[in-house]
Amino acid sequence: MKICVCIKHVPDTAASIKLTGENGFEDSECKFVVNPYDEYGLEEAVSLVEKNGGEVVVLTVGKEAATATMRSAMAMGAHRAIHVKTGGQFLDSALTSRALKAAIDKDGAFDLIFTGKGSVDTEGFQTQYRLAAALGLPVVNEVSRLTVDGTKAVVERETGSGEREVLEMPLPGIIGATKGLNEPRYPKFPDIMKAKKKPIDVISISDLGIDEASGKSTLVKLESVPERSGAKMLQGSVKDQVTELVRILKEEEKVI
Amino acid sequence: MAKTGVFIEIGDGRVKETNFGVLTAARGASGNNEVYAFIMNADGNAVKDDLSAYGASKVITITSSGDIGASPDVQAAAIGAAAKEYGVDALLGLFSATGRDMFARVAAMMDEPMVSDCIAVDIDGKSGVKSHFSGKTFATIKLDCNVMLATIRPNAIEPAQAPVDAEVISYSAPPGDAGKVKVIEVKKGGAEKLDLTEAPVIITGGRAIKASENYRMLEECAAVIGAAVGASRAAVDAGYAPHSMQVGQTGKTVSPKLYIACGVSGAVQHFAGMKTSKVIVGINTDKDAPIFAKCDYGIVGDIFEVVPALTEALK
Ligand SMILES: Cc1cc2nc3c(=O)[nH]c(=O)nc-3n(C[C@H](O)[C@H](O)[C@H](O)COP(=O)(O)OP(=O)(O)OC[C@H]3O[C@@H](n4cnc5c(N)ncnc54)[C@H](O)[C@@H]3O)c2cc1C
Ligand SMILES: Nc1ncnc2c1ncn2[C@@H]1O[C@H](COP(=O)(O)O)[C@@H](O)[C@H]1O
Repeated sequence: MKICVCIKHVPDTAASIKLTGENGFEDSECKFVVNPYDEYGLEEAVSLVEKNGGEVVVLTVGKEAATATMRSAMAMGAHRAIHVKTGGQFLDSALTSRALKAAIDKDGAFDLIFTGKGSVDTEGFQTQYRLAAALGLPVVNEVSRLTVDGTKAVVERETGSGEREVLEMPLPGIIGATKGLNEPRYPKFPDIMKAKKKPIDVISISDLGIDEASGKSTLVKLESVPERSGAKMLQGSVKDQVTELVRILKEEEKVI
Repeated sequence: MAKTGVFIEIGDGRVKETNFGVLTAARGASGNNEVYAFIMNADGNAVKDDLSAYGASKVITITSSGDIGASPDVQAAAIGAAAKEYGVDALLGLFSATGRDMFARVAAMMDEPMVSDCIAVDIDGKSGVKSHFSGKTFATIKLDCNVMLATIRPNAIEPAQAPVDAEVISYSAPPGDAGKVKVIEVKKGGAEKLDLTEAPVIITGGRAIKASENYRMLEECAAVIGAAVGASRAAVDAGYAPHSMQVGQTGKTVSPKLYIACGVSGAVQHFAGMKTSKVIVGINTDKDAPIFAKCDYGIVGDIFEVVPALTEALK
C-alpha cells in the first residue's frame, strides 16, 4: 500500500503564544511539533504498512522550519517526505488543500490518505474535506476505529452522548484520525538517527502555481483570550463554603 | 437586511436547545435578518412554533429522492442545494459532531471559505471570531465569499426570543449521486444521557476521582441541577470514564453557564475545551493547583467531602 499522511507543523499545545502586531505571533519562540491528531493518522499508516507492505509518505505544507517536524514524523516510521514550502504559517485551508492536491498528483496516486481531525493552531476542521473534494475522493473525519478490507474501509466515529456511527467508504479515500484510533509510538534513538537520512522532496508553493496571498479567508485579528484573574477562594468549614457557593451561583451569578 | 439560513439539528423529534443561540445569531446585529430554518428528516409543523419563537419566518423541510439519512454526502448536497434555491447570504449551524461534518462537506462542495466553532459572528461584515491555539487566542476571520458559512460553538451565544409568524415550506432536493460514504450502523450510547455539549451545567471529575464507580457521586450532584457529567483526559486514559465524556482539546468543547471541575489540575488542554464557560468553579485539595489561577470560585478540599456537601446544599 502507498499511504500519504498530511501533517501540519504546529506550536505545541502547551507553548505560550506571544502575539505580534495585529494578527501575528512570535513563532521563533515556541516549540513546534507534529499536529497531535495527525500522529494518530501516521501511526495507523505505519502499522498498516508494517502489516501489508508498501510505503508511508508524509506531506506538509509549511514554512522552512517544518523540516524538523517532518523528521519527527519520519522517526515514527514514515519512509519519505514531501515539503511544500510556504512563507507564512497561516495559510487559507482552501489554498492548503490545493497545495496538498498538487503535491499528491505530482507524486502519483495513493491507496489511502490520512489527516488529523483538525489542527491545534488554526482549528479549522476542514482541510481534509476540501482535499477530498479536489481529489474526488470520499472522506470521513474524527475516525477512532478503522478496518481496511481490500478496496473498502469500515470506520467508526463518535457522534454525541456515547453514540457511534459506523460508515463504509470505498478506497482510495481520506481518513481524519482522532484519539482512540491507536497509541502513537515514541520513536527510539536509532529511529531518530535513521530519519535524518530519509529523503525530503522540497517544492515551493509558487512552483505549484499557487499564490499564497490569494486566500479567501483572512486572519484580521489575533488577540489573547483574557484570563480569569484568579479564583475567589471560599472560606470556612466545608459546609460554610458550599453554602456560600450555592448562594453566589444562585443570587449573584444566576447560573443555577 | 440579509437572508440567513440555519441548519437546525433535531433529536427525538425536538429542536435541540443549542439551536436557539444559532437562530439568535442569524438575526444579525440589526435583529432584522430574514431567517430560514432548514430541517431534514423531520416534521416541519411539529417544530414550527419552537423555531418561529426565535425569529425563523420560514421553516424549510428538506427531502430528497434518495435516502437522505444514508450518506452525509447526500445530506450536504441537499443542504447546499437548498441554500442556493432560497438565495441565503449566510448559512449557520452548530459546531457539533453532526454540524461540523456537514458544514465542512458543504463548504468543500460549494468551494466557499468557512469559519468553524465561532463564539461570535458578524453576518454583515462576513466575519467570525473563533479560538486559535487551543483556546489561548481568539482570531477574527473575514471571508471573501458569496455565501458566508460558519458553525457556532454550542451555548456560546445567548438565545433571545423574537417571535414571528412562520410558514412551513417543503423543498425537494434534486437527485444527485448516491454519495460515496454510507452510514451502515448507528450504535446507541449506553444510557440516554444528556450530551455534554448541550448541557447548561457540567460537573467534571478529574484523575482524583480514582475509580469509575465514583462518578456516581458526581451524577447524584448533577441530577439535582440538571447537569451533565464530564471527565478529564487523565480520568479517561485511566479507564474511569468513556471518551464521550472527555472535555478538552481532544474531547468535547463545551460552553455551559456553569462548569464545576472536581479534582482537575487545570491543564491548558483541559481549559481549551471549557474556557468559554460563563462561570468556572474549581475544587481541589492543592491550594496551589493551576486551576485556581484560572477559575472564578475555588474550594480547597477533598472532592469526596465537598461534592456530597454541595449536593446537599443544592437540594
Ligand atoms: C495534545 C494534548 C491533548 C490533550 N487533550 C486533553 C483533553 O482533551 N482533556 C484533558 O482534560 N486533558 C488533555 N490533555 C492532558 C492534560 O495535559 C492533562 O494531563 C490532564 O488534563 C490532567 O488531568 P487531571 O487534571 O484530571 O489530572 P491531574 O493533572 O493528575 O490532576 C489531578 C488533580 O486532582 C487533585 N486531587 C487529587 N486528589 C484529590 C481529591 N481527593 N480531592 C480534590 N482534588 C484532588 C490534585 O491536586 C490535582 O490537581 C491533553 C494533552 C495533550 C498533550
Ligand atoms: N499545512 C498543512 N500541511 C499538511 N497537512 C495539513 C496542513 N493543514 C492542515 N492539514 C491537515 O488537515 C487536517 C485538518 O486541518 P485544519 O483544517 O487546519 O483543522 C490536519 O489535521 C492535517 O492533517
